[in-house]
Amino acid sequence: MGKFGFALSPSSRINLDEVDKVKFAKLVEIEPDVLKCMACGSCTASCTAGKFVKTSMRSAILALQNGKNEDAINFLKGCLLCGKCTMVCPRAINTRHLIISILKVYQ
Amino acid sequence: MRERIAGGYDDFVIPFMVGMAFIFIYLFIALIRLFTHIPPKDRIKFFKSLVNPKILYKDCRDILLDCLLHVKIFKRNLLLGYMHASIAFGWFMLIVVGHIEMWLYVPQRNGLLYYPVFFRYFVKQEGDLTIKGAFFFFLMDFFLLMVLSGVGLAMYKRFRSTALGMRRTTKPCFADRVALACLWSIFPLRLLAESFTAGIAGGSFLTKPMYWLFNNFLSNDAHILPTWWAYSTALGLFFLALPFSRYMHIPTEAFLILLRNAGLKVTKPRKGFAEAEIYSCSSCGICIDACPMNIQKKNLPFSSVYFIRFLRRHNTRKINQISDKCLMCGKCVALCPVGIESCGIKRAQRATLYNDIKHDYTYLHQAHHTPDSPAHPLPGTQAATGTSAATGTLSASVQADAKLSGRGTASEKVLYFAGCMTHLTPSVIKNLTGIFESSGTEYVFADKDGGVCCGRPLILAGREDAAKEVIARNTELIRNSGCKKVVLSCPICLKVLKEEYNLKGIELVHHTQFINTLLEQGKIKVSPTAGSMVYHNPCELGRGCGIYKEPLNVLQQLGELKKAAKEGKESICCGGSLGSLTLNYEDRGKITQGSLAALTINDPQKIITACPLCLKTFADKADRPVMDIAQIVNENICQK
Ligand code: SF4
Ligand code: SF4
Ligand code: SF4
Ligand code: SF4
Repeated sequence: MGKFGFALSPSSRINLDEVDKVKFAKLVEIEPDVLKCMACGSCTASCTAGKFVKTSMRSAILALQNGKNEDAINFLKGCLLCGKCTMVCPRAINTRHLIISILKVYQ
Repeated sequence: MRERIAGGYDDFVIPFMVGMAFIFIYLFIALIRLFTHIPPKDRIKFFKSLVNPKILYKDCRDILLDCLLHVKIFKRNLLLGYMHASIAFGWFMLIVVGHIEMWLYVPQRNGLLYYPVFFRYFVKQEGDLTIKGAFFFFLMDFFLLMVLSGVGLAMYKRFRSTALGMRRTTKPCFADRVALACLWSIFPLRLLAESFTAGIAGGSFLTKPMYWLFNNFLSNDAHILPTWWAYSTALGLFFLALPFSRYMHIPTEAFLILLRNAGLKVTKPRKGFAEAEIYSCSSCGICIDACPMNIQKKNLPFSSVYFIRFLRRHNTRKINQISDKCLMCGKCVALCPVGIESCGIKRAQRATLYNDIKHDYTYLHQAHHTPDSPAHPLPGTQAATGTSAATGTLSASVQADAKLSGRGTASEKVLYFAGCMTHLTPSVIKNLTGIFESSGTEYVFADKDGGVCCGRPLILAGREDAAKEVIARNTELIRNSGCKKVVLSCPICLKVLKEEYNLKGIELVHHTQFINTLLEQGKIKVSPTAGSMVYHNPCELGRGCGIYKEPLNVLQQLGELKKAAKEGKESICCGGSLGSLTLNYEDRGKITQGSLAALTINDPQKIITACPLCLKTFADKADRPVMDIAQIVNENICQK
């Protein structure tokens, strides 16, 4: 799929077999809060870095769950660790530690 | 006074000499190792400090006040201070007076290490007691009594620490217990030994009566040698256990003062300066009660004292656990009588874990160099719409704003830097800009449409390289604005701007200071109609930047200022600190509640703070209004 050369946008196909279960389990062990996200998007809306470059805690968590590890890193590598997302998260997720842990585990 | 034992030697000095030799060799090797771990530049700095009379004077003063008299502990609690000072100073004086006696009476033995320690055994009193002799006898007994009283207090503290102002004490490790047992027995044994010998060598108000007392039912002479043996053995054992116990702080602390006064800083978490700090910790446990995390008993093992203990044991897993959890509120550092910068060590430790994490801040530079080009879209994502506009205006708008709008020129205006957190508390911005307008202050809003973070959160997480990029970018932004004064609402930003930015010639003030100046200059007037309130000292503003007076000054003009349970440098973190990486929401909530309880013991109507992060954290949990100092001032400005 997507190899015909006609596609206008990159494929958004999700292949759950690509989910790295070992790494995800390790992440959960370091920061169990990753399981609490309800994808509300508050973090993304308030993100400091997001004003300049696509940065999103929410998208990163989704990307990990969809096996798109590289995308997850890209969603977070501009993060300034300012902590605004922690303050607004309705699920009280420790986002800063989650971000560092994702970057560390999936790097 | 004359020598009694020919040759000036007896076998019982062997245990003492073995311990002494061991400790000298150990310290010598440790010193050399430490020096090799200090960066060459710092080494030169250190040696230079030793020939600088001003620093030398400070060295001597600090050693006398901190290591011997323990003035800092005295200030906290008289009894606790006396306990530490009596042992340290009393012991020191016993050594000094012992040496003086030897020089005066048996100068031929000068240089024998053990001689002054066991002086009373080796000499005998001849003829009538001279005034000079009586004086030294008195001094020796006096200082011995002083040490004994300190040891007595220390024993009492083991069972009832609250009497000495400590709720919780440090759990001693095995080596600590051995050394402690020796230390506790050294001085009673010395008293016994000198008492039994007092009939021969003389004594004063303590040893003489003891001699007569024992004389009634013991044959004193038969006890002389065994007690001296016991005394020497206790000393020897103490020296053998010393490097592995908390008492290593005795030799290290003085050395740390020299290093600190020379201006050295922590570079690595375990080596060089940090190592000197680690071994200077006396495990006094003051940092346990200080730590706001310890509102929950399960957090006790995360206190700085145990962090340092695990550093000594190279237990990396525990070291990381503790350093990641700490709020970096700085309270343990502010209260530590030795002045150990454990937060600095924790930062260095975090750097070993997180500094090499990948980051990509190219957007910062694009924002500056080509203001009109769109930001680089991430592969696999859509380019965020509106990005180019936002990026383009980041620096350009501030410059344009500063130079063109309003009446004054840029250098007359103040630059207002709100910071990320302040954008989450719009009331602060609204009220502060209100104050700017009431006072006729011309200002430029640096990050009105969102700026970049100040870099402190990155530094706190140990990501120093990433922080450097952010700092460079913000420095440019501030310098380019042309303003000569920056007003900040967030103490977190203020601290990093003061410490890490190169902004010479630009004045940095927090808005509490700014408001205080406006009031002093009469540019705004307030009415005392705010009711009763309590002020919370934010960690980064108080302990971080040393700003305590200004907020109180402002608030006193607004209404009745009530006292909190812990104030000033002992103020308790709100729990929201960005310093902690792993504390979860529930644990933070407990800290917030503890902090609120301490603030509201005198039942104020309002809680006032000066940090957006504290404001937001408290507001979620408080049972009464929490507001920023800017808000309460703005609400009580009298219209002219
Ligand atoms: S910590 Fe990172 S992801 Fe969260 S708001 Fe700040 S910049 Fe965005
Ligand atoms: S704010 Fe919290 S719950 Fe909402 S998407 Fe972000 S991380 Fe998930
Ligand atoms: S770190 Fe300081 S306050 Fe804590 S136990 Fe050591 S010397 Fe005492
Ligand atoms: S900095 Fe604060 S939270 Fe961390 S150990 Fe010290 S007192 Fe506790």
